[in-house]
Amino acid sequence: MEYLAWLYYQYLLVTGIYVLEPWEKSIFNSVLFSAVAMVIYTSYVFVPIHVRLALEFFSAICGGQPESTMALMN
Amino acid sequence: METLTHPDQNGLKCKDIHICHNTTQKHVGGPGVTSGQHRQEDFEKAPMHVAVLTYLGFGIVTLFGYFRDFLRAVGLEKRNLAQEREEQKEFVPLYQDFENFYTRNLYMRVRDNWNRPLCSLPGPVIDLMERVSDDYNWTFRLTGRTIHNVINMGSYNYLGFAENTADYLETVADKARHYGVGVCSTRQETGTLDIHVELEYLVARFLGVESSMVFGMGFATNSMNIPALVGKGCLILSDELNHTSLILGARLSGATIKVFKHNDMVHLEKELRDSICSGQPRTHRPWRKILIMVEGIYSMEGSVVRLPELIALKKRYKACLYLDEAHSIGAVGPGGRGVTELFGVNPADVDVMMGTFTKSFGAAGGYIAGKKELVDYLRSRSHSAMYTSSMSPPIAEQIIRAIKCITGHDGSTEGIRRIRQLAENTRYFRAKVKKMGFIIYGNDDSPVVPILLYMPGKVVAFAREMLERKIAVVVVGFPATPITEARARFCMSAAHTKDMLDEVLHHLDEVGDALGLKFSRRK
Repeated sequence: MEYLAWLYYQYLLVTGIYVLEPWEKSIFNSVLFSAVAMVIYTSYVFVPIHVRLALEFFSAICGGQPESTMALMN
Repeated sequence: METLTHPDQNGLKCKDIHICHNTTQKHVGGPGVTSGQHRQEDFEKAPMHVAVLTYLGFGIVTLFGYFRDFLRAVGLEKRNLAQEREEQKEFVPLYQDFENFYTRNLYMRVRDNWNRPLCSLPGPVIDLMERVSDDYNWTFRLTGRTIHNVINMGSYNYLGFAENTADYLETVADKARHYGVGVCSTRQETGTLDIHVELEYLVARFLGVESSMVFGMGFATNSMNIPALVGKGCLILSDELNHTSLILGARLSGATIKVFKHNDMVHLEKELRDSICSGQPRTHRPWRKILIMVEGIYSMEGSVVRLPELIALKKRYKACLYLDEAHSIGAVGPGGRGVTELFGVNPADVDVMMGTFTKSFGAAGGYIAGKKELVDYLRSRSHSAMYTSSMSPPIAEQIIRAIKCITGHDGSTEGIRRIRQLAENTRYFRAKVKKMGFIIYGNDDSPVVPILLYMPGKVVAFAREMLERKIAVVVVGFPATPITEARARFCMSAAHTKDMLDEVLHHLDEVGDALGLKFSRRK
């Protein structure tokens, strides 16, 4: 718990929020939190689909060449 | 050697300059340096992520600054700072430039770390008046309480002469009783007292030069005397990190100013050669005088000037040297006589030696010393001599007693003890701080220790945390230093005991861990 408090303090110092008034800190924190939440949600929804499509594309190139020449000859 | 009083033509033509091969080495001492003393200065660069985060921090606070300005413009927030009157809204705006933006939105939020009022002698420990703010630093209120025994690491008290023990100050009190305190005149009219003559003789003998002149204010010594020495048609080569007083004096004089990189003799030589070849700006005539302006110790970096190489350069290209020893007089050198003693250079090689009495002597004022013709010329031509009031007698007596103490002429070994104590404190503190993992700049002999903090949030947090632990430090940020290199500046003093230094180092260690300030990658 102490460690989390220290981490929060470091975050305040490094981003420069430490010098702002409390309501400005809340505004910045909520904006940053919502942006990070949106990134996580988007990656949760879309990344598996994109990864599957990419794997199919690459496997079609590597392992699929004998199949396509056979298809042409037929 | 060129004298500064007679405007002489610098008659070198381009084909006369021959190329010299041994001036490109930076860390080897020149002809004058005492053998065996190899001075290393390093300016370690921070890791890349630190610079990026510093810019990020400034960027975020600037965005919030724009947001608050917008709120003030719309009317949702009260305006606390100066603004134009209603009738003048159509005129050219007075308060919209960057400096005002910076003051309103960045400096005001954190300004409780500066201008803290003291209520005691600026010795090794001080008393501070407690000050709180109810509206985020727009106004302050003194609570009436005093914070006692705060260890003072910010005062320029190098030899510990800021003291109020009665037996040391006996002669000063005598002079105050004899002469009063104010002089009520300028030097030229009725302001030259016998104590000034005695002081000038002592200063000249202390520095090893022919003659000297003292002035009432250190800043005014630089800014008012440089215009008397150089004028239009002269060239000034000034170091990148020179003090504002030197820059102001150079600009007031009307000479052409060229800036060379900090302590970089190769760049200086290149600038010298280019300028001598091309001559004055439009007419291409030879320069009337060339003046190189450097400082003994640079107060924001703690670095020391490369004097032997500079003297060799100056002699070859027939330039004159102006050495500002504000921080180095009394503080460096085995006898406390400044950088000329530190490097073993003949003081007659430096054309104009300037210094202040504020730092090592515990008084106020400045001096200019050199050849007799130079100083006599300044007595009649300098603005500072003609128009400002002369030095107050008790202050002059304080400087006289300090010089006598340093040189040992008052019969005790107190002066030598203080110089040795300062050197020992400096070495101890610097070694310990480097070992802890902080990045510090500057020469190992300089009593000014800047610890780099970089990020704006950490700078403010550092100052506040150290005050909580009863240590007073000076932190410096953007306008005085480059924007990515904010720092805390510690000034060593001969009056600090080893216990005080140990306590400061202990707290510095804790605060460094708590804030994450140990950026050094050399362990």
